[in-house]
This record gives sequence, structure tokens and C-alpha cells, in this order.
Amino acid sequence: MFQGKNGKPDIKYIKEKAMAIRKDILEMLNAAGSGHPGGSLSAADFFAALYFAELRHDPKNPKWPDRDRVFLSKGHACPVLYAALAESGYFPVPELLTLRKLHSRLQGHPHMLKTPGIEISAGSLGQGLGIANGTAIGLKMDGSDSRVFCVMGDGELQEGSVWEAIMTSSHRKLDNLVAWVDYNNLQIDGKVEDVKGIAPLAEKFKAFNWHVIEIDGHSIEETLKAFKEARETKGKPTMIVAKTEKGRGVCFMENKPEWHGVVPNKEQLEEALKGLCVIEGPSKSQIENADA
Amino acid sequence: MIAVPEMKLTREALADSLVRLGKINKNIVVLDADLAKSTLTNKFAKEYPDRFFDMGIAEQDVIATAAGLALTGKIPFCATYGVFLPGRCWDQIRVSICYANLNVKLIAAHGGVSVGADGATHQALEDIAMLRAIPNIVLLMPADAIEMAKAADAVLKHVGPVCIRMGREKVPVITKPEDKFEIGIANVLLEGSDVTLIGQGSLILYECLLAAEELKKKGISARVVNMHTSKPIDGKCIDKAALETGAIVTAEEHQVIGGMGSAVAEHCAKSIPTPIEFIGVQDRFGESGTPKELFEEFGLSAKFIIRAAEKAISRKRKK
Repeated sequence: MFQGKNGKPDIKYIKEKAMAIRKDILEMLNAAGSGHPGGSLSAADFFAALYFAELRHDPKNPKWPDRDRVFLSKGHACPVLYAALAESGYFPVPELLTLRKLHSRLQGHPHMLKTPGIEISAGSLGQGLGIANGTAIGLKMDGSDSRVFCVMGDGELQEGSVWEAIMTSSHRKLDNLVAWVDYNNLQIDGKVEDVKGIAPLAEKFKAFNWHVIEIDGHSIEETLKAFKEARETKGKPTMIVAKTEKGRGVCFMENKPEWHGVVPNKEQLEEALKGLCVIEGPSKSQIENADA
Repeated sequence: MIAVPEMKLTREALADSLVRLGKINKNIVVLDADLAKSTLTNKFAKEYPDRFFDMGIAEQDVIATAAGLALTGKIPFCATYGVFLPGRCWDQIRVSICYANLNVKLIAAHGGVSVGADGATHQALEDIAMLRAIPNIVLLMPADAIEMAKAADAVLKHVGPVCIRMGREKVPVITKPEDKFEIGIANVLLEGSDVTLIGQGSLILYECLLAAEELKKKGISARVVNMHTSKPIDGKCIDKAALETGAIVTAEEHQVIGGMGSAVAEHCAKSIPTPIEFIGVQDRFGESGTPKELFEEFGLSAKFIIRAAEKAISRKRKK
């Protein structure tokens, strides 16, 4: 687990890492020519907080038995995971530019047999939480105190298999499991609430006997507080419902479903990198819209 | 006349094997989907309650959970009916198990029309076709109770995904304790030189043996092969059959589309093209009835195999 000065997480450092992750995401997607920026950017702050403050891991020893596990269930958001892994030192940052290329270790959707630090192969939605349950059960059987983090999309919650898994986590009292939902309310075809609504989300998870924490998913402070609360919660799995914005940090991508699976060209990349900024609370684009 | 063999449940043989192996290997865990009393994994549950997980009626969750358990070094055996596994969890098997090449064992129970009275929804007839196209997986259907016990050992020894298919009914014991079992190596049950009957599962293999006996009376020498592994298919055995007998009949309790017979034909076509007739379910759904009635209804019994053998022989290229 990374510790800043005085054994406390260094918020400034995490925010810098979140920025680095965003820059990596944009650059690798531009180089790849295809991929998913929206749902990668919305999870960047979470991944920075996870990898640079919360996680017990050793980038030089990816298979360390005592490590915490991170399962990215929404596999299409792998650029954010690849960036977090590279920034942590699992592999060199320049390798990110091989994303989606033939014989690259960085497949279009993550493959555990190719990339150091990738725990599961994913890309078909709705499977990660079930796998996380299995590993959480296995770790408990072995008396391990390692924990499992599962990252899910909100659109993904339309998959029935997710709800099979949600029942299992609480039925088996998997308090070594933390799930994080990227609640950006956008999916390919539009707003989640228009396509097939999932609200009220927190109430649903509560009804399924989860410990639920609602946060601003772009607030590092709130994310760290939620991690602490999850660590202290016994007898129940914890679900962090993180209100986020798709494309967060890049003004022209924020809250635009069309940026789910379209990547920036050279000019857009330059513009994005120049204006890259994340602020607490409502996004830059939200404020601008309010002014208009 | 072939002596009437003893009849035994292959699912009981597998359940007993899991109990036996579970004692030696503490990493074995068993998952079921509310059918433990039928798949008989309840035997394992009774013996090792801490290593048994009834996941409820949620097949996708069974497979995903098994993948997660395998990641911690456990060796999950996942049991339910073949219509549901792979039927309801094919994508989980493809992505979470096979793509990741995880050491998860699948048990597809109630394969074939011999499931009987429950009818079409419960007779797995497409499971081999569904799984055969996925890389990394091994597909087995051990012939009888004796072979099932040996197969269980082999499956545990094999690191990687395996699916064990089995029927519901008691089936004739036609293999011997001293017979060798090796994944991917077919066993010759009866030598012959005019045609080869390649069967899977002893219910239909027994019909092949009866057919061979009748054919013998007609002066036709039929070889009978127990093709217990659909994938990887035993190409050497097929080549030998093609070269030495020149005609093949495949017989299985599965659709003729995509099953073991298809695997045999795919091999033959690129190796030694040989006339093949396919005994199996001919692109239709199952029905309710007794196993015996259904074997007649779907053309799986000895008399149909005899006809198919004669037809295959008649199609041999004239020298």
C-alpha cells in the first residue's frame, strides 16, 4: 500500500497520478485509433486513489499471493487500468502506445494471460463480479486477508448475471469484497435511464443486503473515505456508488455518449491535453452549460 | 449373443469419484445449481460441506464464481444439466474460463434423449456442438461407470478446462477395470475389418455392439470404437479405421450437427476421405417417452446402426 508523508495518503500526489492516467488514456487511444475514452476517463480518479493509496500490491511481483485483487468487469475501460498499471510500474509507460496492435500485451479488452497485473480476462459484460465473488470466497477459505475490488459500469448492471452475483456476495457475507460502480449514466445508445433505467441504484443494493456508500466519484477525498469505511465494514460486501461523468477531464468529451467508443484524432488530442483539468464537484462543462 | 451387462449410473460413479478425490486433493471444490440431488454432488456436499457451494438456480453465477475460485488455486467442478451448462452460461465458459484457460471442470448431466420423460427442454442434444468450437477445452463422455471413475482421475490430472458429459439413466457396463483410459485416445471395443462403428456413451455403444453381432451373421466384420473424447478427437484412431475398414458410422445421443460425429467427419475429410453415416438426432428437438421408445423414435438403436453400416459400406469407392 502506498503511503505518503506521516503514513497518510498524499492527496496531491494521487491527483497528479489521476492526471497522468488521463494523459496516458488519451495518448494511447489516439495511437490505437480505436477504443473507449468515455468510461476510462470517468474512472481515472478512482484508479489513481486505488493504486496509489489503497491497494496492497507489488508491481515488481504481480503474482504476489498476498496482493489485493482488482477485477475490471467493464473490460472496455481497460485503458484506465493499463494506465494505472504502467504508472505503478507493472510495465513501461511507453508500452501503452502498443494498445490494440497485433501481438501487443495490451489487447483491446484485457487478457490475464498477456499483461502483468491483469487479474481476469474481460470484455463481455456482467462476469466480473461473479469472478470476484469466487476469488473472495477462495481467499477466505485460505485464511488470507487480501481483498478484492471489482469495477463495474452502470450500463453493465442491465446484465442479469450481475444480479445473480450481487445475491451471492451478500449471501456469502463477502466483506473482503468492494465493488465500485461507475455511475456516469451513459451507455452506447444514450442515457442509462432512457435505455433501461437502473435507478434507484443505492436502494437496490441495500435491498440486496450490501453495505452501500454513495460518493462523488471524482473526489479523491470521498473515495479514500469510502475505502476506509469499506475496510471497516464486517459481515457485508461494500458497494461504492460513484457519481461520475463520462469523459471527465476533457471538456468536449464530458457527458457525451458519442465519446463512449470514439477516440481523439491528433488535433483533438492536442486540444484535450491542453485543456485537461479535473475540478471537484460539477465538471467544467457542467458549469459552462449552467452559465449559458 | 453378448451377455446382458450390469447396469450402472455414470453420474453416481462420478459423484463417488469426487468424494474419493476430494479426500486426497483439498483444492477440489464442487459447485451446483440447485440440482445436487440429481447430479449426485450431494455426496460431496455431505462429506465436505465447506468445499461445496450450492449457487442456487443461477448457472452463469456458477461459472463466474468457479473462475474466481480457480484464480485462488482451487479446482472447481461445476455440475448441472447439460441443457443449462453450457446452455445458459456459454459466454461465461468462453470468456471467463476458456479464454483465461482456467482449471475449471464442467459436469454436463442429463445428456441425450435417454433423459426420457422430462422431454425436449431437459435433453441436452447440442452441448458438444456449443463447446467444441471454443479453444482450450477438452470434451469427454466416459462410456460407463468403470470408465467414469478413471476419467475423473484423468480430468483432475489435466490442468485446464474440461467438460464431462453424462447421461441420466443406468447404462450397461461394457468396459473392463483393466482397460486404459487416456484423454484423447479412443478405445477399440471390438476388432473388425469391413466397417467401423464409432460410438460415445455405453447406451449407444451397446447398440453398436449388438449391431456388430448382427452384421457378423451377414458376413460383415464391424469394428466398434469407444470415442469417449470429442475434443481433442483421436485422429490416429480415425485414420486407422478409414484405412483398414474403409467405412465409418458414428453414433451418439446428440444432434448430428456439430457433435462427435462431426468431429470425426472433419478429421476424415482432411485426412483420408471415407464414407460416413451419422447416427444421432437428425436436427429436431427431443420428446417425452421412455429411453427405449426414444431410441427407436430417434433412430439410435441397433437396427438403425446396421442399416447405416450397410449404407456406408455400399458407398465405398470401387477398387
